[in-house]
Amino acid sequence: MVLQKIVSKKNRALLRELVATDFKLRYQGSVLGYAWSLLRPLLMFLILYVVFVKFLKFGAGVPHFPVYLLLGIVVWNFFAEMTSQSLGSVVARGDLIRKVRIPRWIIVISSSLSALINFLLNLIVVAIFMVINHVDLLRTGLLLPLILVEVYIFALGMSLFLAAAFVRFRDVSYIWEVVMQGAFYLTPIIYPLSRITNVTFQRLLLLNPMAQAIQDARYAIVTHQTVTAGHVLAGHWYMYAPHLIVLVTLVGGVWYFKREARYFAENI
Amino acid sequence: MAEQYIAIRVHQVSKAFRLPHEKTTSIKSAIVNFYKRRSFERQQVLRDISFEIKKGEFFGIVGRNGSGKSTLLKLLAGIYTPDKGAVQVNGSLTPFIELGVGFNPELTGRENVFLNGALLGFSRKEMAAMYGDIVKFAELERFMDQKLKNYSSGMQVRLAFSIAVRAQSDVLLIDEVLAVGDAAFQQKCFDYFDRLKEERRTIVFVSHDMEAVKKYCNRAVLISDGEMIRLGDPQEIAEDYRQLNDTSIDAYTAAENATKQSDLTISLRDAQGRVKARFAYDQELTVRLTWPAHKTVKHAGIALYTSGGVNVFATNTFIDKTAKVKGHSIEYHVRLPLGEGRYYVMAGTFLDTKKDIVDFIVHGPEFSMSPEPVPSGEGLVRLTHKWE
Repeated sequence: MVLQKIVSKKNRALLRELVATDFKLRYQGSVLGYAWSLLRPLLMFLILYVVFVKFLKFGAGVPHFPVYLLLGIVVWNFFAEMTSQSLGSVVARGDLIRKVRIPRWIIVISSSLSALINFLLNLIVVAIFMVINHVDLLRTGLLLPLILVEVYIFALGMSLFLAAAFVRFRDVSYIWEVVMQGAFYLTPIIYPLSRITNVTFQRLLLLNPMAQAIQDARYAIVTHQTVTAGHVLAGHWYMYAPHLIVLVTLVGGVWYFKREARYFAENI
Repeated sequence: MAEQYIAIRVHQVSKAFRLPHEKTTSIKSAIVNFYKRRSFERQQVLRDISFEIKKGEFFGIVGRNGSGKSTLLKLLAGIYTPDKGAVQVNGSLTPFIELGVGFNPELTGRENVFLNGALLGFSRKEMAAMYGDIVKFAELERFMDQKLKNYSSGMQVRLAFSIAVRAQSDVLLIDEVLAVGDAAFQQKCFDYFDRLKEERRTIVFVSHDMEAVKKYCNRAVLISDGEMIRLGDPQEIAEDYRQLNDTSIDAYTAAENATKQSDLTISLRDAQGRVKARFAYDQELTVRLTWPAHKTVKHAGIALYTSGGVNVFATNTFIDKTAKVKGHSIEYHVRLPLGEGRYYVMAGTFLDTKKDIVDFIVHGPEFSMSPEPVPSGEGLVRLTHKWE
């Protein structure tokens, strides 16, 4: 029933218009326009590549490390972008919330969809890099969509929670900025996980759903030499912890958002 | 009443807002207060409101500013959740309570039409089919590919209105639409109301304009300080509303008259010299200006404005050369051929030229004009007339 509501004709039309508006407005007044959504991660990649691969030799021993690195950055960027955009989305659309009765979640979903579209464009760049780097097509690549769904669900749960909390506490945006900064380094994005020799630390890092998802994605399409949660956590009682965290985040996010949504109009 | 005839049922609805106390003035108190729970002031906006709106009814919600009528409308629209009681709506409801919600200045007129349409619940296809009509009705054919920020406010309202009238829902909520736009636009609004009434659609209409309420509404409710004062006949509601306004205007004006603004005092009196704030058609108004004896004043000026800020009449002793200012007061007598409504006085005192201002009061005391007896017609002034 909930799904029926989500895909009802009215809501689909509204979602479409909101996403389209987002896209039209995002790069307004910039010369390169949409190209920035591809250029940004590429430039970021270039910097990290020069510093960590060329200077610090981080990727030694990992096949196709540039692609490995780029994939990590792109997946992480998606999560970071979606959560930070969604965080402010409800407040930014305060005029709508206060004057129109539309389902509140549509606002968060619409900002998540624009991040998702951006992400899919970025994946095309990753594919081009794979061809240039002569990465062999792996059969496990078929699993990639599943991994991406997991990332989306995790980001969505987080987004719903953050967007609702931000209405009440404007501190949330600063806190989240710091959390994401820290998480960027605690997730094996710029360094291969194999550089961490302490197994306990490896396990701890892989409890993070983002670490697990990024490693799985690398395993699926870049190289089977990637250390994944499946390897490191295998046989332990907490081996499904990352997936459980994703699920709890979604359920908690939806619950909190629903509870708060009734009062958005007066709290904004 | 049988369920199938009810469009909206409001049952014992109460609503309060929590206003946080934000009086953190120093770092120390900020630190001390950090550990305390934030304190709130509860502001009760609506108390125990109950009424039913029948299908096909044109229902008015009337009340002064801050009486809670807009909150009530937002509760009906489902934008706010009631603290107590319930609002039940049978059938679909336009989710709008204002024109042009969601309009984005950075988008073109065309893009805004589609966005606004989606908020009304139309698909892109349906909007595409209506697009031509909407643009034509708004008379904006040449401007649709321009950004909305380049539109005048009148153009924006016209565009918003021509989208809003497409709404197909069973119940329409309309908040103060008539407050904006020029006379031609207001006429369009009234034509639209006529059409809605003919179609027997259910309308909830919030307004200050008692003439419109009397003309269109089948029934109305009067809200004051969050409570229902009266429910029923629009004529009686309009009369109650007028009395409610007068008592507060008189209280307000008396207070205003007593307090001196700058060194100039303005008082409003009738022909008998009694302080008054309410006048009948064509009655004489006396405006008395007084200033301290030590101040030199050579000229004075007085202007009458409608509460909306439209100048009704202005004159001064520079224009009326025969008028002489002597001593420390002057009286100005004028007849008021004005229609119902609220007005205020602007006054100033000068030395030899209009540039040498001694004292100036931009928004002086207010007064109101009675509704009757007034010559029929429309416009700022009501002139006695006859046809032959």
